[in-house]
Amino acid sequence: MTGVNVNLISQQKLEGLSSQEKIQYILTEIEKGEILVLEKGLTPQEQTQLIEKTMSRVNPNKFIGIEMQGYMSEKTSWLQKILGKIHPPRMTVIGPADKLKTIHKDSTMIKTQVINK
Amino acid sequence: MGIFQKIKNISLAKKLRSIFGKKHVKIGIYGPPNVGKTTLANRIVRDWSGDTLGPASEIPHETRRAKTKENITVNDGGSSLTVDIIDTPGIATKIDYHDFLSYGLSEKKARRRAKEATEGVIEAIRWLENVDGVILLMDCTQNPFTQVNITIMGNLEARELPVVIAANKIDLDQSSPATLKSAFPQHDVIPISALTGYNIDMLYSTMVQRFHKRKRRAA
Repeated sequence: MTGVNVNLISQQKLEGLSSQEKIQYILTEIEKGEILVLEKGLTPQEQTQLIEKTMSRVNPNKFIGIEMQGYMSEKTSWLQKILGKIHPPRMTVIGPADKLKTIHKDSTMIKTQVINK
Repeated sequence: MGIFQKIKNISLAKKLRSIFGKKHVKIGIYGPPNVGKTTLANRIVRDWSGDTLGPASEIPHETRRAKTKENITVNDGGSSLTVDIIDTPGIATKIDYHDFLSYGLSEKKARRRAKEATEGVIEAIRWLENVDGVILLMDCTQNPFTQVNITIMGNLEARELPVVIAANKIDLDQSSPATLKSAFPQHDVIPISALTGYNIDMLYSTMVQRFHKRKRRAA
């Protein structure tokens, strides 16, 4: 029986990695066809780095890119900034664009569909 | 007002500007593909210099290299701001050449367009390092909660770059600027039609006010 793997990645799994290592790990898994649900997602800067790396790897016959959906971070107040408190990234789902499709997204709900070709 | 008072006021104005603002800024127009970035860039450039920046198209990723028009002076009636407008390629997380075939492109042209589009996305992201402010353009007939919108917004907030959200395509029946405003309540959201020019003066006024103050922290 064939299927698509959906891997739930804990915060502990990624927090010991540098941004580059996280992105490399995510892209390697996605290129293998895995779908990842990150307990704590990527920072906005890491997200743009991931998009950049993804674009450099797009190959029309093998890899068309990623589907990524996460919730907006809560806004950090000036007091929290002074205290160095930054709202962490929130739960995020990432997968190959030809296997993961977003059906609906709003501020409280993300619905996706896994396509098993 | 006496001459000494005038000199004192000018000097004070200069000092305040050196602390709070800048009169010449680089403004990037950002957003996903096909939201009307080039149409807006052309309107701004045409309104204030009589020129245009580049062709717009219904085929996604028409703009695949960033285009800049320098020294556009935008005036809101009281204040003015000189801007370099950067029309950036649309940011996307996936690019499939098959999507272009439905617009009648040959496979060869579709593949080339896809390749250039990937390079355009990278260029647009890299331009974020060099802009002083951003007009984030969204299509108000579409769901605003896309990851591209969230990622761009997150980056702008992290870099503390001033941003104005322009809710484009207000001229279309299915537009819903209220949904967009509710998605980004902490930001200026200006409903516009880049195509017809509807409410464009409000955008210019907001640009002058918002981008005059330049506050930026390295990301």
